[in-house]
Amino acid sequence: MTVRDLIPVLVLVGLAALLPLVVTASPVLNFLVFMLIVALGAQGWNILGGFGGQFSFGHAAFFGTGAYATAILQLRWGVNAWAGLAAAVAAGGAVGWAIGFLSFRSGLRGSYFALVTLAFAEVFRILANAAPLTGGAAGLLIGLDVRPANLQFADRAVFYWLVLGFVAAVLVLTRWIQRSRFGAQLVAVRENEDAAKALGVDSLRVKLRAIALSGAVTALAGGLYAQYFLYIDANIAYGGWISVELLLAPIIGGVGTVFGPVVGALTLHGLGEVAKQFAGRIPGIDLIVFGTVLVLAVAFARGGILGLLERLRDRGVGMLPPSAKSRTAKEVPNAGR
Amino acid sequence: MYSPQIILEAMLNGLMTGAVYALIALGLTLIYGVLHIINFAHGALLTCAMFAVWVAWAWLGIDPYAVIPLLVPLMFALGYGLQRFVIGPASHGDDGNILLVTLGLSIVLENVLLATFQSDTRTLDTDYSFQVVALGPLLLSFPRLIGLAVAVVVTGLLWLVLNRTDTGKAIRAVAREKLGANLVGIDVPHIYAVTFGLGCACLAVAACLLMPTFYVNPRIGGAFVLVAFTVVVLGGMGSIPGALLGGLFIGVVESLCGLFLGDSLGQLGIFLIFIAVLLVRPTGLFGAKA
Repeated sequence: MTVRDLIPVLVLVGLAALLPLVVTASPVLNFLVFMLIVALGAQGWNILGGFGGQFSFGHAAFFGTGAYATAILQLRWGVNAWAGLAAAVAAGGAVGWAIGFLSFRSGLRGSYFALVTLAFAEVFRILANAAPLTGGAAGLLIGLDVRPANLQFADRAVFYWLVLGFVAAVLVLTRWIQRSRFGAQLVAVRENEDAAKALGVDSLRVKLRAIALSGAVTALAGGLYAQYFLYIDANIAYGGWISVELLLAPIIGGVGTVFGPVVGALTLHGLGEVAKQFAGRIPGIDLIVFGTVLVLAVAFARGGILGLLERLRDRGVGMLPPSAKSRTAKEVPNAGR
Repeated sequence: MYSPQIILEAMLNGLMTGAVYALIALGLTLIYGVLHIINFAHGALLTCAMFAVWVAWAWLGIDPYAVIPLLVPLMFALGYGLQRFVIGPASHGDDGNILLVTLGLSIVLENVLLATFQSDTRTLDTDYSFQVVALGPLLLSFPRLIGLAVAVVVTGLLWLVLNRTDTGKAIRAVAREKLGANLVGIDVPHIYAVTFGLGCACLAVAACLLMPTFYVNPRIGGAFVLVAFTVVVLGGMGSIPGALLGGLFIGVVESLCGLFLGDSLGQLGIFLIFIAVLLVRPTGLFGAKA
């Protein structure tokens, strides 16, 4: 990986870092922080789902583990919040590895893998909802004690920069994966696992590394969520909606790309806010938009927004009709399915 | 310790809940068996059907059981249209895409219901909602007993449709070998849509059976669909007798776990079975080798 590879990351993150200097309204900052946390978790999903092609429908299992690890370590054992966050990352990686070990070793792929991850997340949700350690259904409230050493800041902008820093770090990590031998093996497993095995790729090991990494990143997002909102319960942290949200962003933005999850999270939440502004107090209007965008993206923009942009760039914007023909030609091998 | 009578009653109750689970799973397993897709919108479609039953009762004053002949063709048409005009074209035939499209559909359906009906939980109470039937020393809920009977009858009907009609033959042909079926002149997209429609028709019946004793809110489908996935996996994806037996078994497991572990942990047993079956024998107990 050269410095040149990192230029787009640095430029975009640099621009994003200037935002709090322009907008200071706290609802806007809240929105941005939440969106970045989703983007971070989605980046985690993208490592496994995007590069590895293993669609998880239960990434809440990692998000929740991160959130609960951060909160429980502070509340029950008085561990420092930063150390708690680090432990959350480790816990996420461990849970990822364990789930991966169980399911990949049994050879679960595709829809079956999606279902088993969903079930794991549900099991965690039910346990967290009942166990005293996790505060049961009442959830956990992290006490307000605003000190940088506690990972609580008086200024929302500081937390924004912190999350942005983590997002940037994962962008670099993803870029590295893309360029590395590990990344190439992961993509090979995604495209054709049997062929990859035949070429000597240890597909189980590659997938395990991917899910552990994926779990760790998503757990980091969960830990930050707990630390920003200072409250979690089982239906937030391990809820089905988080799993959906973390997979929506990369799919919409561009699955298996470096910037896809961030672009997707920004687009979805931006659209959601716009819908709320227009439609007023109709409940669920933003989610109707999410679902519609998902169906449209799968139907018309299979590489997500980034894929769409790339296609436009390759063909020149003015030349859409002939390119539409070449696309149908490419679809033929799949069309009968 | 629990007396044998309580345990027996819990098991029978579980059997009756399980019958409705089986009906929901029947639709799911049929769609999986033929289209080889996991329909994530199944829960949301069930919620739609349940709201339809509620609307028929609250606004038009129609008894839930009388709604069955009306709702079945309606849900069939909805399912047919969704598969033919939305899911089929949008997913370009790729499995991962189908998962995502049905997920997107379920989000849209659920939240359209939320926008229309708000998040309130609604019930309908008929004269027979709380009626019980005495069976020796055991007291059984009358509407749920009807649910059990109807679920078994519907399973039988579906089996007959698949095995004794031309459409059923075509459905089985497509499930076995899509390309071959296409070559002998079967309209595959049509059969796909018919199958999806049949799956939704099962949901219509399930909704009518559930409503006299259950409640509905826009999020209720999620709870059922996870259970239905478990039933389908347990019974073997695509197996109709598997769905019935799996549903009854899961109903009993849930009921007993609820009795021994308390309500909040009642569903834990289901998901642990789900994971165990997926890990150890993903083809299920009745499924053919994948």
